[in-house]
Amino acid sequence: MDNSKIGHHISEQFNKELEDIRNKVLVMGGLVERQIELAIEAYTTGNMELAEQVIKQDNDVDLLEIAIDQECTQILALRQPTAFDLRLLIAVIKIIHEIERVGDKAERIAEMAIQLANSEIRISHHELEHMAQLVKGMMHDALDSFARMTVEDVPAITALDINVDREYDSILRQLITRMMEDPRNITRTLDILWTVRALERIGDHACYICEHLVYMIKGEDVRHLGQEELEKIVKVSR
Amino acid sequence: MATQQVRTHAIDMSSVLRNKGDQGEINETCIKVENLNLFYGQKQALHNINLEMPKKKVTAYIGPSGCGKSTLLRCINRMNDLVDSARIEGKILLDGENIYDKSVNVAALRRRVGMVFQKPNPFPKSIFENVAYGLRIQGINDKRILEETVENSLRGAALWDEMKDRLNDNALGMSGGQQQRLVIARAIAIEPEVLLLDEPASALDPISTLKIEELINELKEKYTIVIVTHNMQQAARVSDYTAFMYMGELIEMGSTSELFTNPVKKQTEDYITGRYG
Repeated sequence: MDNSKIGHHISEQFNKELEDIRNKVLVMGGLVERQIELAIEAYTTGNMELAEQVIKQDNDVDLLEIAIDQECTQILALRQPTAFDLRLLIAVIKIIHEIERVGDKAERIAEMAIQLANSEIRISHHELEHMAQLVKGMMHDALDSFARMTVEDVPAITALDINVDREYDSILRQLITRMMEDPRNITRTLDILWTVRALERIGDHACYICEHLVYMIKGEDVRHLGQEELEKIVKVSR
Repeated sequence: MATQQVRTHAIDMSSVLRNKGDQGEINETCIKVENLNLFYGQKQALHNINLEMPKKKVTAYIGPSGCGKSTLLRCINRMNDLVDSARIEGKILLDGENIYDKSVNVAALRRRVGMVFQKPNPFPKSIFENVAYGLRIQGINDKRILEETVENSLRGAALWDEMKDRLNDNALGMSGGQQQRLVIARAIAIEPEVLLLDEPASALDPISTLKIEELINELKEKYTIVIVTHNMQQAARVSDYTAFMYMGELIEMGSTSELFTNPVKKQTEDYITGRYG
């Protein structure tokens, strides 16, 4: 793995500190990816144990967020980083916030899994599962890009968000129809809706991670610029 | 029926969003360096330097030891003329006039371009006479003018309140930080256009350093300031523009906020982030 962006400081200690932060972010990302996976499995299979596990794991994610935040603050105070080092820390502080939010979404899906497990209404999970695979992939690729410290895959990841939104709309329409057909379904259907919504948000957070990554590598703030601008900026070699 | 009041929040977004790094304003050039080469004997110390320093802004030169930043600074008031082996090619324009032109009076130039060194160098005289010195050698001896100038200069150097009752004390009895501010007061007493500061705070404690930095911030309202510093954070704090030099070459110059967050050249990045190239 190419760590040249982090290494090569005259201060070996500083190299280690940055490397440590990077590793912790990856651990945190790995935990959350696993959370998503387990939450979806719990949801589709009704396995309560898995759901409980996801909820419990969220605590670890929170602790990691706090630990990384502290380390970043300390480096900012003690080393006055500049240029890439500064952008790395700023981006990490934001990225771990996104990861933590994704963890919360996974927790929410797990909670819904528990609520829906006893329900007599069974719904087809086919579409939901497809959407889950999509956002899980986005999250994985975003974290992978962070690990490799490259942005070349970013446009492909953010472009997928349109597909996620489309699937979300499609499922939403079905759920509305279901609620109109039989108002007794509303509570249950809403639970499903929250789950789908959580998935959709995970896709958004993956995109935000990508945006922070572009800032980190390229020094350009691409938030709120849209896909086209983002692609342009990513292409500019620097 | 009560009339509903529509409240509009008239926020001037442009002023809220503007930050130190924005380059919206148009800057008048004060000093322009053109194709400057400098040799100390056989050795070339500056290689084809081209840069512009805007009026009433602070420009910082940073770079490792021996990169030529002090040499370049000293070119601006022809201090290198005092070095026998130094030979200079190229131009430095101060307000459009080449200071290396044969017709230029070097003493007059140094009156326009004041300089402060790393080690404070007050004269072994009273505080008052130190500040008044520049005027006295110009033949100004009117007590009223001298007193007024000394007070204004000491105020300008943020030293008046501390020193107003000690004006007749010997300047060598002051602390290092006070001496450095006294030297700045002496430099601004003759109302130069440009102030050259060569590591002005490197021999001072953190509090005195902050006072000097604060002073630089106030002085730029009146003067164009060029500062050489080893302390990168200091350059980042006090300057509007930063020039990074390496091995006698100007590698990159840009707005300070841009150069410290997103430098263009890899050499600049390596230096400011503390990496070996």
